[in-house]
Amino acid sequence: MSVRTGAGIALSLLTAFAFTPAGAEQPKQGGTLTYVIPADAPPSLDAHRETTYATIHTAAPYYSVLIRVPPDNPASTTEFVCDLCTEMPKPTDDGKTWTFKIRDNVKFHDGSKLTAKDVALSWQYIVKPPKGVVSARQSFYEMVDSVNATDDSTVVFKLKYATAAFLPALADPYAWIYKKEILEKDPHWYEKNIMGSGPFKLVKIEVGQSITGERNKDYYLKGRPYLDGIVGIFAEKQSVRTDALKADRASIEFRGLPPSARDQLTKELGDKIWVQDSDWNCGNILTPNHQKKPFDDVRVRKALALAIDQWKGAPALSKIANVRTVGGIVFPGSPLAATKEELQTMPGYWPDIEKSRAEAKKLLKEAGAEGLKFELLNRNVDQPYKFVGTWVIGEWKKIGLNVEQKVVPTGPWFSNMRAGTFDVAMEANCQSVVNPVLDTGKYLPHRVFPDNYGYYDDPKSVELYEAMQKETDPAKLRVAMRAYEKHTLDTEVHEIVLPYWYRIVMGRSYVKGWKISPSHYLNQDLANIWLDK
Amino acid sequence: MAVITPPTPSAADEADALWRRHTLLGRVLDFARRKPLGTAGLIIVLVFAVAGLSADWIAPFDPEENDFASMMVAPGLPHVLGTDQFGRDIFSRLVHGARTAMIVGFGAAVGGGLIGLVLGVTSAYFGGWFDLVLQRIFDILMAFPLIILALAVVSVFGTGVFNVVIAITIPLIPRCGRVVRASALAVREVPYVDAARALGFGHARIVLCHMVPNVLAPFLILLSAFVGQAILAEASLSYLGLGVQEPVAAWGLMLQGSAEDYATTAPWIAIFPGLAIVLTVLGASLFGDALRDAIDPKLRDR
Repeated sequence: MSVRTGAGIALSLLTAFAFTPAGAEQPKQGGTLTYVIPADAPPSLDAHRETTYATIHTAAPYYSVLIRVPPDNPASTTEFVCDLCTEMPKPTDDGKTWTFKIRDNVKFHDGSKLTAKDVALSWQYIVKPPKGVVSARQSFYEMVDSVNATDDSTVVFKLKYATAAFLPALADPYAWIYKKEILEKDPHWYEKNIMGSGPFKLVKIEVGQSITGERNKDYYLKGRPYLDGIVGIFAEKQSVRTDALKADRASIEFRGLPPSARDQLTKELGDKIWVQDSDWNCGNILTPNHQKKPFDDVRVRKALALAIDQWKGAPALSKIANVRTVGGIVFPGSPLAATKEELQTMPGYWPDIEKSRAEAKKLLKEAGAEGLKFELLNRNVDQPYKFVGTWVIGEWKKIGLNVEQKVVPTGPWFSNMRAGTFDVAMEANCQSVVNPVLDTGKYLPHRVFPDNYGYYDDPKSVELYEAMQKETDPAKLRVAMRAYEKHTLDTEVHEIVLPYWYRIVMGRSYVKGWKISPSHYLNQDLANIWLDK
Repeated sequence: MAVITPPTPSAADEADALWRRHTLLGRVLDFARRKPLGTAGLIIVLVFAVAGLSADWIAPFDPEENDFASMMVAPGLPHVLGTDQFGRDIFSRLVHGARTAMIVGFGAAVGGGLIGLVLGVTSAYFGGWFDLVLQRIFDILMAFPLIILALAVVSVFGTGVFNVVIAITIPLIPRCGRVVRASALAVREVPYVDAARALGFGHARIVLCHMVPNVLAPFLILLSAFVGQAILAEASLSYLGLGVQEPVAAWGLMLQGSAEDYATTAPWIAIFPGLAIVLTVLGASLFGDALRDAIDPKLRDR
């Protein structure tokens, strides 16, 4: 070996050490990823109209979005990166105009070029859907005045007012970009068909069985996807999914498994499987029906909150159910979330549970509701609804309440809440991108936010929420959020927030390049996944 | 040629036989001697029934109280059968679950049986269009397996102990009514029924005082079988999440969610309620079979 060659090798090694992060591995191309989708089938293939992971996990790999959470750091609650745009823009016009430049090398799977016009029309349908078209998250975009393509590579969003909620809302994982020509011809076409510009091209879909995709060779991110193909298998039953992982018939399940499955699989598979976990931007909440006596009395609602020992219950429940972290109305990982000290000033979070329960009993006595008997409406879903419901009933029993759990399937659960035929309901507030200003809309009165089932009217709550909407200064926004939270959970106790869910994702050890996020809706295009085998 | 004469029973044997036939205790002991399996079945059911009735005194812990310091503790002391995922004492939940099982089991069996008895006898007595319509309704109801019909009823009425009793009672009615009707059709033709009619007795009196007592044998056999079926149906409904609801103690509910999740890490959570269901249903079946053999003249001496 010549000196020059040796020096070259040494330099190469040095460079490699200098620029490769410790522990990082070079992704390998090829292979087919088989994953399980915890659903029997998606209700439709159109993400604009749907609200379920069943649609996302089925078809997200076939679509692109304008911006998204970073695939290599999806747990970030403040960072967003381009997917179809070339760089994240700075707003102009006092934060009211956002101009996005669109990549010029993007092709739909039918070979046609994707332009800003496709992006603009897709967003117009999301923000202001034409008659007969459903946009499930239309209310997220109240701040948007217009979306237009000024040329083939520029999309301009004009807002009615500047708000911190806009950018996270824009990173919505359901906001797939559809082809303008198809949308204009038949806005319902995407409900039954898949044709996007994502990292994978559809090979076949057998609804209820599986969906198969192959690598999109024209994908705009060079070198991606790493996989040659993907196969999603629909498997509604948890035991089928864990068995599939155990037998290596599937390599990963993206939604989340309960702690019992984690314990079982790690015990049986050892280092052949990895576990990633994260707080989940989902949580159960208890909604007292304010239209029904005695839940119209704030003292009774406060007593319900004071009886629950969240600080002791959350870590214990995390061993058996998908819940873990105590939080207020904002996802605990967000800068806008309440600190532990802030939470402990509110009912339901007091550090001294004996004092808290004594206060609860006193309030019940004052309200003439000692030994109150009522029904807790719950959804017939084990994880974590029924586990949390059973825990809460046990906590209420400690202040002398006699509560019967009424567990019903999802349909009647919704219809009972919509009809107001319940005493207290176990609900969930489940969001995708962490966007506290919008996520907390759930706590607004029913007339403002139809998915609130507390049936109260509270102009003060609306006023506090609207003040938050137009606040762009992070420090002031945090103060405004605390005021809204205190009003919701303490002053009025409109709702009782229970521990946030806890997401546990397991994959075979050869599956690499995927990182967990606080939502099972995020980071599902699978472009970064590679197989180390 | 020698003549063989049958042995003449002694006076003591005759007295013993008389005692067995004419006193309750004698009959019970005779049944126990001739049907040991059936007796064992009856004892099992009675043990669980007594456990259910006296659950408040037997259970060492509150069956609904969560104790996160004792989650999934293996059988030992103080939790003789261990604890479940919420730290609740399994023995306490088992005996309180026996109460739920007995309320549902006996409630549905007696309710379904009695209604079926009255409808079956009435149908046979009146005959004609009443019989025709009622039997077609029975045909429709019997076209569905018990658990399917119970599921349908629960989905209409909702969950809870009372609704589960109703849900299981309804499918049992035609099953009892059909069998009782067959016996009642024969009873209808015997002279004392005609005599009762001739004396001007009312329909209700004839049905309730003269026909019903004469179809009690098949009815009692059915009733014993229904208890087991109803307990099993209750456990199935609870297992499917459509029976009684947490935190109420019920055997099927104790199995639900635990059998799969904790089969390897805490198997006692599923084993003991499973055993309780198996033993009770087996006990009821054994007793029912023995009762049938004892009451049916064709099988009595086998």
